[in-house]
Amino acid sequence: MLGKLDWSAIPFDEPIPLVTAAVLAVVIAAVLGWITLKGYWPYLWRDWITSVDHKRIGVMYCALSLVMLIRGFSDAIMMRSQLALATGGAQGYLPPEHYNQIFSAHGTIMIFFVAMTFMVGLMNFVVPLQLGIRDVAFPTLNSVSLWLTASGVLLTNISLVIGEFARTGWLVYPPLSELKFSPGVGVDYYLWSIQISGVGTLLAGVNMVTTILKMRAPGMDLMRMPVFCWTSLASSLLIVAAFPILTATLAMLLLDRYLGFHFFTNEAGGNPMMFINLIWAWGHPEVYILILPAFGVFSEVIATFSGKPLFGYRSMVAATMVICVLSFMVWLHHFFTMGAGADVNAVFGVMSMIIAVPTGVKIFNWLFTLYGGRVRFSVPVLWSLAFMVTFAVGGMTGVLMAVPPADFVLHNSVFLIAHFHNVVIGGVLFGAFAGYNYWFPKAFGFRLDERLGKAAFWCWFIGFYVAFMPLYALGLMGMTRRLQHTDNPLWTPWLVVAGVGAVIIMAGIGFQILQLVVSIRNRDALRDLSGDPWNGRTLEWSTASPPPFYNYAVMPNVEGIDAYWGMKARAQEEKLTETVYEPIEIPNNSPTGFITAFFAVVMGFAAIWHIWWMVVVGLLGAFVTFIVFAWRKQDEYELPADELAQLEHDRAEVVA
Amino acid sequence: MTIAIVDQGAADPDALPVYRPFPGPASKRIVVGYGFWIFLLSDFIMFSAFFAAYAVLSGETAGGPTGKQLFDLRIVAAETGALLASSFTCGMSALAVQTRQFGKVYAASFFTFLFGAVFLGLEINEFARMVAEGAGPQRSAFLSSFFSVVGLHGIHVTIGLTWLLVMLAQIATRGFIPNTMRRFLCFALFWHALDIIWVALFTVVYLMGTAT
Repeated sequence: MLGKLDWSAIPFDEPIPLVTAAVLAVVIAAVLGWITLKGYWPYLWRDWITSVDHKRIGVMYCALSLVMLIRGFSDAIMMRSQLALATGGAQGYLPPEHYNQIFSAHGTIMIFFVAMTFMVGLMNFVVPLQLGIRDVAFPTLNSVSLWLTASGVLLTNISLVIGEFARTGWLVYPPLSELKFSPGVGVDYYLWSIQISGVGTLLAGVNMVTTILKMRAPGMDLMRMPVFCWTSLASSLLIVAAFPILTATLAMLLLDRYLGFHFFTNEAGGNPMMFINLIWAWGHPEVYILILPAFGVFSEVIATFSGKPLFGYRSMVAATMVICVLSFMVWLHHFFTMGAGADVNAVFGVMSMIIAVPTGVKIFNWLFTLYGGRVRFSVPVLWSLAFMVTFAVGGMTGVLMAVPPADFVLHNSVFLIAHFHNVVIGGVLFGAFAGYNYWFPKAFGFRLDERLGKAAFWCWFIGFYVAFMPLYALGLMGMTRRLQHTDNPLWTPWLVVAGVGAVIIMAGIGFQILQLVVSIRNRDALRDLSGDPWNGRTLEWSTASPPPFYNYAVMPNVEGIDAYWGMKARAQEEKLTETVYEPIEIPNNSPTGFITAFFAVVMGFAAIWHIWWMVVVGLLGAFVTFIVFAWRKQDEYELPADELAQLEHDRAEVVA
Repeated sequence: MTIAIVDQGAADPDALPVYRPFPGPASKRIVVGYGFWIFLLSDFIMFSAFFAAYAVLSGETAGGPTGKQLFDLRIVAAETGALLASSFTCGMSALAVQTRQFGKVYAASFFTFLFGAVFLGLEINEFARMVAEGAGPQRSAFLSSFFSVVGLHGIHVTIGLTWLLVMLAQIATRGFIPNTMRRFLCFALFWHALDIIWVALFTVVYLMGTAT
């Protein structure tokens, strides 16, 4: 009846997940109770859960990501404290089986549910506004994408209490992840979470590519698009081209585990190295999926706060698209030690070094944009400057490891861990935080507190260096990754310093939470009525903050790069003419995404525990949901011109 | 690129190209068709991963039967014929949808479904025969990859047939509303895309698998 599921699935003998789960249960119950008491459910259902508005979906993506950042960071600080304690004879407080789950969950959550989710959220929120349009190409599909991502998040977190998570590392390398060596449900939790959220991501990518290529405002030629739209396009193209490989690869592993196939087994001709090749054919483009939107954020932030157009717009676009193509040609550098031979390794080593060139072009463009500008050192700029320094360091250690002989020494050492945290934290995460501070006033109509923002920034910036520079040293001293305890006294001081770094980062996260709380409390003082708090250059700053649900009462007509800057310049010469409003088609809300995701969770959970009847229920439920959606009578309604004029009039009165 | 060059014809060969700015959001029909094409491209990539796996594992028979011993090209030829015929009738029905002729749409779709089902029946039959002979996907890495790549195509055909039925039910209950007509366009793209995949399967798996 319940497949493999019984009471032994609850880890009664492990206090840490149990206590965490209990605390979480209390917090969730408190939040739900508060919502119920205040009677917010109808509002939540109507304005958020069933919303197909790209802005709300973008905000929900980012909120989901920030919550998961806390989960992923808890894993991180547990690992750092364990390694600072467990040295010599001491075993620390995390048993090996649990520690293995923690590093696997940390990587999975941070890449898929923090970095990826935040970037998709930013793209969702910003791109339609920057393109001067009212929504993405497929609004309901967008909601499906969001909720499928949330399904993956939910399944991963369920594994904390019911069963276990993978103990195999975040990319579940076979043969360790095969049934023979990982008979538990951990790998299955991983596989189904990633498959379900991966479908959501793929659909989000398809949506974004179509939006950018087919839905721009009149006059928004490709070479007039803001750079963030370009990098979002490149990132979405990579999603469309790379995520199917992930889906296929994990499907093969699922077939191995569930039906006894022999793709990656040691027996019957299976080939584990094929998994490594396939997964990195997705995995390397994936890191560019993450970093390219961050490059876009920095481009917007630096141009805006320098008060100058971006230096070398065309070279920036070219560099973005070159990275987009080259990202598919370097995957083998993740496993030079496979033994493909000197020639193959040399080709991939050289390709990996070449990809640093367009990145270098970008760094110089940002520097030349800053040069001669009146730079305002606001929080987003601090994140951007810290990124340029940190990412350059991380890029150089990357080029170092692109040399195959050096890689043979450094492979699987904590030097590698230091390198990719250097680029992912220093690049993607700093970009996410720059974007968060930059576009927050657009999303909510008030700014985030500057002082606390700066405090958070300095803690993160310093904490990052204190936490990860020791790992470079440890890697060169020979420490390998994924160790639960160490017995080399020479390493201990470095591990303690790294632990201190993690604590400083924790202070940074604390300041970020405080910043949000304080800003919400002081929202009237921080209110921005102009819609353009930073003296912005691109179209999103030309509408209200928060933007009305239709984004633009009249679709803007774009006449050049930095469209809004041009409009502001011309507005001083031209007289305002009477605006003529036309009716707008607004897509209807739809619970399709939420219900589909519900059935996806049912299906995934049932598949993990081999509850076959429930798998059928989940699949049928999703199918019926789609049928009901397909038979909908009306998918959009018309906002009449006079109502629109009234809404715009009301807004103008508030501003005045 | 959006820098469009207006066709000046033969009238004035020396005229400079005229710059036309991006006209604004495309029509819903174009957006839907375009988006679906992008999705199909991603589907092709998923297939290519399975093709790559097959290419790597096709020699790994682990002492079990090889493709040459298992494949019957006559059946595969019949499958190809059925699939191509169903694509032809699918094209007919797509044309009939444009002109909103119920009878022609039903008739052509009936044959599309029939030929699709014949294809699927032949494939299931082939799979069942192989499993009965002890050449199931658990036998060797070669057979794992064979069943996966051909089966993935089969699953797509099954989804397509279900989709076709749902769409016909919609046309019957709702008539030719723009929503359904756009969906039919996507279905036609999907069905023809499966032909392209089949050509690759036929060549890489069956022809190369039986070649000496």
